[in-house]
Amino acid sequence: MAFTFSPLSEQALVIETGAIINKESEQAVRKLSALLEKEAPEWLIEFIPAFTTVTVFYDPCQLKQAEVEQELKSLMAQMDEVEAPAPRQIEIPVCYGGDFGPDLRFVAEHNGLTEEEVIDIHTSGIYSVHMIGFAPGFPFIGGMSEKIAAPRRKSPRLRIPERTVGIAGMQTGVYPIKTPGGWQLIGRTPLRLFVPDQDIPSLLRAGDEIRFTQIDEAEYREQEAKQDADHS
Amino acid sequence: MLTIRKSGLQTAVQDLGRTGFQRYGVIASGVMDPFAHRIANLLAGNAETAATLEIALSGPVIEFEADHFIAICGGDLSPSLDGKPLTMWRGHFVRKGSILSFGEPKRGARSYVAVAGSFDIPVVMDSCSTYLRAGIGGFHGRALKNGDSLQTLPLPAGRLEALKNQNAQAPDWLIPPARYHEQPIVRMMPGRQFTLFNEESRTRIFEETFTVSASSDRMGYRLEGAELALEKQEELISEAVAFGSVQVPADGNPIVLLADRQTTGGYPKIGQVAAVDLPLISQLKPGESLKFRHISVHDAQQLYIEQEQQIRQLKIAIQMKREEWT
Repeated sequence: MAFTFSPLSEQALVIETGAIINKESEQAVRKLSALLEKEAPEWLIEFIPAFTTVTVFYDPCQLKQAEVEQELKSLMAQMDEVEAPAPRQIEIPVCYGGDFGPDLRFVAEHNGLTEEEVIDIHTSGIYSVHMIGFAPGFPFIGGMSEKIAAPRRKSPRLRIPERTVGIAGMQTGVYPIKTPGGWQLIGRTPLRLFVPDQDIPSLLRAGDEIRFTQIDEAEYREQEAKQDADHS
Repeated sequence: MLTIRKSGLQTAVQDLGRTGFQRYGVIASGVMDPFAHRIANLLAGNAETAATLEIALSGPVIEFEADHFIAICGGDLSPSLDGKPLTMWRGHFVRKGSILSFGEPKRGARSYVAVAGSFDIPVVMDSCSTYLRAGIGGFHGRALKNGDSLQTLPLPAGRLEALKNQNAQAPDWLIPPARYHEQPIVRMMPGRQFTLFNEESRTRIFEETFTVSASSDRMGYRLEGAELALEKQEELISEAVAFGSVQVPADGNPIVLLADRQTTGGYPKIGQVAAVDLPLISQLKPGESLKFRHISVHDAQQLYIEQEQQIRQLKIAIQMKREEWT
């Protein structure tokens, strides 16, 4: 596989694993991330994996750009021996509709479905986490059915509560922290996606396979209380 | 201990940011002007990485509840101690009961108060930086309010006495306030998607004057000046961004990403501000303007290395002087 290298800044180099998002480029990103984590070269400050890129941050006082590229190339000679971590299966319980999902009706009407049908479709998919980025623990999720796609709101909400599950176009996702946003809100999960007290502060990781399941409000309250107690 | 009598516009505990967690989407935060922050710490006898108070535009009123040693660097927000103007870019011994206050923002937008020993703040993900939107780090994850008290960490025996007797000063050649212009020239490398922009945009980015819009904050500065456009509209794949990345959304107005930037972004990046010139942007107030000038990655690295050498020299000079006294 051919990789290309180009600077993001005088302290960061981008490794591109492909020009389009596909299994191959994503797998290469995961392998490369695993390699950088395992080898943790001294000059490496940190790295940010995305869909088709891994960006490495380094200290130019230690190494120049060309040297970083050289170091990476020799490190990447071991790529074939690295196993990307196996996908984990994670279930995300969601209490759909009501105050938690004020746009569930809109998503249903927009697609000529009932609210129950939207929930059935949303919970029947197997999704995969392509990357974590933008906000702490925020997953970019692929695999949502076109049948429940919906446009973003014309004017974004100023404050969306944390843990809210939304739909925007063909994407679905969960807001880990309170944020403004224009997604159509369909429900809320009791799970915390951003867990600052953990070594890895994100519940989800790139490569995870996730499924949404439906819970009622009582179960939501119970699980939320448990999550909050665990992370207080 | 320090007590905040008046909080000012936005006063928050910051350090050099949260490194190592961006891969989990965790925003780096940290100071907007790392240079001023580091010098303030060195003058106060701290490690460069220690937490300082970042003060914006309209500064706070702070009461010192014990004897302390402080240094203030960055934008000139007219600091005064018990009503007397306080010289910036040097260390000062402050007596218990003294009041630090700020007046008119004369030049620059942000100032850094370093206190010898630094603040006793819980470390969250290896950093004391306040990340306001997630409510983590710093002082209870928020900006300081009236009445908040900040504890400092104990100093080694005799340190305060030693500091008191010699108020280290940053040498003139190092002090950048003269560079905190109202219309600075900011050096910028062509960004990762530079060649995707049309020819006019690629020329105008280095020719026009850009003004900082009112909707600018620690996350990013929105600039107005020339509307920039891609050769052909296309959807890009999200990738990492950095402190100083200049991205251009569909409306054509560039945004310079700053301390509280998101970790990844999908907008095309026309440029990347050289690290040594980031303070020039961070110190601009809304309504002020700047011009970009082209620099290569190689030259930007060179400038960065030179700046680091200068800071190291200052550090050694201060340490040598202090050893004479202790």
